[in-house]
This record gives sequence, C-alpha cells and structure tokens, in this order.
Amino acid sequence: MLTDTLELTAEQFAAGTGWGIKPQGACKAEVCVPLDGSAADFNVRAVAERLGMAIVTDATTAMSAIGPESLGERALATAQAPELVLEDLDGNEFRLSSLRGQKVVIVSWAPY
Amino acid sequence: MVTASLELSGPEASRRYIEAAHPSGRPTHPSLLDPTHQLDALFGVVNIPNVIWIDEQGVIVRPPEPGWPGGRQELPKEMLAEMPDLGRAPGAPAEPVDGPGMWAVLGSGQDRLSYPDAIRDWVNNGADSPFVMSPREVIAASQPRDAAMSQGAAHFELANHLWRAGNRDGAIEHFNECHRLQPDNWTYRRQAWSLVGNDRVGGDYGRFVQGPVVGEEEDWPFESDFRSEVSSRAVGSYYPSTL
Repeated sequence: MLTDTLELTAEQFAAGTGWGIKPQGACKAEVCVPLDGSAADFNVRAVAERLGMAIVTDATTAMSAIGPESLGERALATAQAPELVLEDLDGNEFRLSSLRGQKVVIVSWAPY
Repeated sequence: MVTASLELSGPEASRRYIEAAHPSGRPTHPSLLDPTHQLDALFGVVNIPNVIWIDEQGVIVRPPEPGWPGGRQELPKEMLAEMPDLGRAPGAPAEPVDGPGMWAVLGSGQDRLSYPDAIRDWVNNGADSPFVMSPREVIAASQPRDAAMSQGAAHFELANHLWRAGNRDGAIEHFNECHRLQPDNWTYRRQAWSLVGNDRVGGDYGRFVQGPVVGEEEDWPFESDFRSEVSSRAVGSYYPSTL
C-alpha cells in the first residue's frame, strides 16, 4: 500500500491492505489477529508491526509503502482468495469477486 | 481464465501480446494489467508464468506455481536476431564451470505438457480432482514470506511509484533494496532489469534485454542480470515442479 501519510484511518488501512479492523482484531477472511486497543485507537505502525508488515519511507519524496503481511512465514495467510481489482487495456475495472460461482485460473505473464 | 500482465510502464507494452491472443484482437477472457504487481503481494506470485486456481467459492485450491498451456515454444527468430550481445553485471554470480547453462535451467522443472491436463482434470472433477489442495496445504505451499520479504515488497512499491514519476535514480535504489531482500522473486528482478534494458536498447524486443550490453557493464545499475542469475541456479529450481 502506497501512501503519502502514515496518519491513516482504519478504513483507509483496510482499503489499502485488505485487513479490516474489527472488535476481535485485524481480520482478513477467517483470520483475525488480536490487537491492543480499539478501532478508534487505530495506529498504523502498531497494527503493521502486529501483522508483520514492513513500512518503508522514501527519504526524498516522503512517500511510504506498507508491505504485505508476513504471518506464519507464508505469502498466504488464508486460502480465501483476496479481492483483486485490475483494469484491462481500455481502462475497464475488473474485480476477481465478479467471477464467484465459476472456477478461475489466473495466469500471470509479462512482456519481458 | 484471467490473465494479468506484470508490467509497470503502461498498457502499450502489453498491448500487442494481449491482442494477439484472439483473431479479433479482443480476447474473450479478462486480459488485465497489473502495473503494481499486486499478484506478488496478494498471492505470492514470484515468476512468470505463474498460475493460480480458485474454486467456485473463491477458495484458492492451488497457490501460484509455474504453468503453461503446452510444450516449450521457440523464441521468434527476429527476436533472437535483434538481441545485442550481453555481458555480465559486475556483481553477478559467475556461471559455474560445466554448469547446465541458462537454457537448460529455463527448460527444467515443472512439466509443461502435463499442466493443461491437470487443469482439465480439475474442471471435470472439481473437489475430487487429485490436484486440488486443502486450504491448509494451499497456505503451506504458498511462497515463503518473512518480515524482510514484506520490506522488499514495500521497496518494490516505492521503486514502481518513483519510476513512473520519472525519478529513475530513486527507483533504482529501491529496486536494488527489493532485490537484496527478495532474491528469489523473479518478477521483481526481471521487471527492473527489463525497464533499464529497454531504455538502453529499445526496439520491439528491448524489454527482453535484462543485462548489460557488452562494453557497458560498468553502467549497469543492478548487482546482477538475468542470464548470470539463471545460469547459476540448479536445474529444476527456476520453474519448480509442483504437480
């Protein structure tokens, strides 16, 4: 998640990372990681540390990036597919969740 | 099927390949662009091609793994003809004496011919297919990720942002940190090498230049390069067999 401020709300954090802040903690699908304090006390540095997310700030531009969670030493914390929102060549937005009810094979490739 | 191009420099770099996927120039499957490599961060994609299977309930039943629609294809002759002679990055690993060589490593590992049959088996048999993994198996078979890898991904995101903003020196600094922290993520490495290779060489195939042109080795801003890295790896390690 790229951001020009670390004064984030819980809602902004959820939109950028897929981890929602709930009474039981930071949650993604069925996985919840307990947090100290409530959603009203949301502190991005504390939550990121709890989820194993690195925060790196570029010294020149002051832009920050919050890395993905590193829980359980694996890239996937849950087998529930995360939402994926990408555009096609024409700028049309596609949501992976729009294919719910069908089998999906995602193929990554690159022009290099 | 959904395809996603991991390329940060804009849609035009991917257009001709997407349009070639269908005689009409408009593929009938979602053909997407992933300029920020969300597939890496969200799913643990680390190479191309990588394939992910997701069932009707939105549950991943096979995590990212190498996969192809069939056997190995020859590279276009005009592409090979246009490629300049490439040297080695000054900090790159030396090619092992009597090693297998880059092409042998690239052609090893996952069985390309069997892969589409595995997908067909799943399509026909669903959860009864022997290729379907349980959620626990999916998580365990997904890529390793520790705090350093999360940091590497954050550096990649900054590099991506800075490159697109025209700050190439700043981007390269973050690319190098990313590569140091995630040395086994080939898409993070190839993306960066390709951007600089294309800048230097251009043309239809400049993005496949992923190392320094001979004579320009000292100007290559990365510690390593594609040919040196692949040829230093063991047979079967570049596209690991997972079926």
